[in-house]
Amino acid sequence: MIYREAGDFKTSYREDSQTFPIKLDRRAYWTLMVVAFAVVPFVINDYWANAVLLPFLIYAIAALGLNILTGYAGQVSLGTGGFMAVGAYAAYKLMTAFPDVPILFHVLIAGAITALVGMAFGLPSLRIKGFYLAVATLAAQFFLVWLFNKVPWFFNYSASGMINAPERTMFGAAITGPEASAPARYLFCLILTVALAWIARNLTRGSVGRKWMAIRDMDIAAEIIGVNPLTAKLSAFAVSSFFIGVAGALLFAVYLGAVEVGEAFGIQKSFLILFMIIIGGLGSIFGSFAGAAFMVLMPVLLKNVLVDGFGWATDLAAHFQFMIVGALIIVFLVFEPHGLAQLWRLAKEKLRLWPFPH
Amino acid sequence: MPEQFLWAMEVMLNGLMAGVLYALVALGFVLIFKASGVFNYAQGVMALFAAMTLVGLQKGQVPFAHLINTIFGTDVHKFGWELAPWLAILLTAGVMVLFAWLVQRFILQHLVNQPDIILFMATIGLAYFMEGFADLMWGADIKTLDIGLPQGVNAWIDETTFNLFGYGFFIDNLDIAATIVAALLVVALVLFSQYTKQGRAMRAVADDHQAALSVGISLRFIWVMVWSVAGFVALVAGIMWGAKSGVQFSLSLIALKALPVLMLGGFTSIPGAIVGGLIIGVGEKLFEFLVGPYIGGATENWFAYVLALIFLVFRPQGLFGEKIIERV
Repeated sequence: MIYREAGDFKTSYREDSQTFPIKLDRRAYWTLMVVAFAVVPFVINDYWANAVLLPFLIYAIAALGLNILTGYAGQVSLGTGGFMAVGAYAAYKLMTAFPDVPILFHVLIAGAITALVGMAFGLPSLRIKGFYLAVATLAAQFFLVWLFNKVPWFFNYSASGMINAPERTMFGAAITGPEASAPARYLFCLILTVALAWIARNLTRGSVGRKWMAIRDMDIAAEIIGVNPLTAKLSAFAVSSFFIGVAGALLFAVYLGAVEVGEAFGIQKSFLILFMIIIGGLGSIFGSFAGAAFMVLMPVLLKNVLVDGFGWATDLAAHFQFMIVGALIIVFLVFEPHGLAQLWRLAKEKLRLWPFPH
Repeated sequence: MPEQFLWAMEVMLNGLMAGVLYALVALGFVLIFKASGVFNYAQGVMALFAAMTLVGLQKGQVPFAHLINTIFGTDVHKFGWELAPWLAILLTAGVMVLFAWLVQRFILQHLVNQPDIILFMATIGLAYFMEGFADLMWGADIKTLDIGLPQGVNAWIDETTFNLFGYGFFIDNLDIAATIVAALLVVALVLFSQYTKQGRAMRAVADDHQAALSVGISLRFIWVMVWSVAGFVALVAGIMWGAKSGVQFSLSLIALKALPVLMLGGFTSIPGAIVGGLIIGVGEKLFEFLVGPYIGGATENWFAYVLALIFLVFRPQGLFGEKIIERV
């Protein structure tokens, strides 16, 4: 009854093309922002930050990145874990080489370096397509992980082969390292997530995004109507890798603090992010967030219900988690290929007509 | 003859043997891809599942023992019998046929006419499901698979080469057995697809779905059959790899190794799968032997992919694949 556009008159083109055309959506969005920025930092504790909020925000960035490449530009990539590793190791090298620079710059430059690496591995996409490309991106995955494992320069010759995030600050507050407080880490990730989501949203509905979608829908036809496949595909790889690199840097520096490359950025991570965007919705910004939230929350919930609630062994719960994720992927692909985002859109359509559907 | 050369020869022979095993997995991919256009990522997990089922049946394990014990508070683990290997293999083959039917009934039938990449992602989901299901059914511990295959170094080759070159080649009996089995399997597959009614129907479906339908071939039946055949191939691959390195999770990763083999050989070609497997097997072993020591070793993890990637840039359809023609 309250969720409708009646009486909400648009008087300019700008107003008409805004992201949230319905007033209630705008209010909900701003309320969410206020809660996220002004309420959550005061009530957050270490458990919530580490178990739910930080992984959600960081994986949301990675899912946004992969969604740009796979959902919008149609280039399936299984190299996400490897590109996240590039972001993490670039951030580590920068953090140790320039200790006085605020952490934000380390993270952003790490993203830019990942963008360059992503473009290099995106070059074959001009020749090969579909799952040939998906398999080709596996080369990036395995090669990059091997590289960071074997070349001691990347982990500063540390004996364990692991990288540890030293303490780095932003505006005087520690963001990384053991002393960093939960609110500071949370806010840092939140600001980056919101900013990147805003960029992603506006890129994908602008001319760049339209070119990506044209390439996705049929690349030869797109080429004929004047979309340059070289720039479209490489820009998709660059932007996507930038997002994924930032996510990798945050995952390492802010969330985990110390990583071993094969464990943190292995092929499983690539699949995790891919599943996020399939379940959330290919080609949807909201879907990236929904998928990330789903994949982060589901293991936590399963553990709470099965292990703590029923007293099952943890390995049983882990097997069930595999089965549920696998089954959900198939169910979504069969019944709702556009994922949670499409369910959300349908719910909104229903809500607009409620309670008089005719 | 210089020693270095002899070592390289030995490495190459071992690479050939490893390549045969890669080709075995790749073969399962090619069969399904040709007949249904599905790129079946779950092939490796199918091999794992088949091997686990084989071991479980042979040792008389109770399926879902851990789950049953947790829910009902019982303590059952084994039925207390041991099956003969051939009976266990036969039963496992039956399980793989059932599995093929379930896949066709609950997944493929609903995804007809979807883009290839959607089907590919569905098989990734299937692989995840199977991984959890196999562990739930038979337990996640590492199992030894023993159906009486020969093991250990082949003494005859060792002696003969020692007498010839003054240096004995180390070649595992198991690898030789795998090569023979793989060769027999390929011959059997070729005979099946050339000389039986079902085999011809299968090739007809691979050529053109619609034309096959119009002459009265049941697509559903053919798909169940193809997935069953791929299940048998997975079973053979699972036995070989399981006997070599134990039945465990890493077995499912051989699927990932088979992917570059396919890219090299072309997705639609059975000879391509075999030649691709041999090239990758020899290539990665030789690269590890010649270049590996200078750049830190463990190059086997990525060499196959990078080789396939570079190769694809110059020849996107692979060595023996059909030429890709695109139209708007």
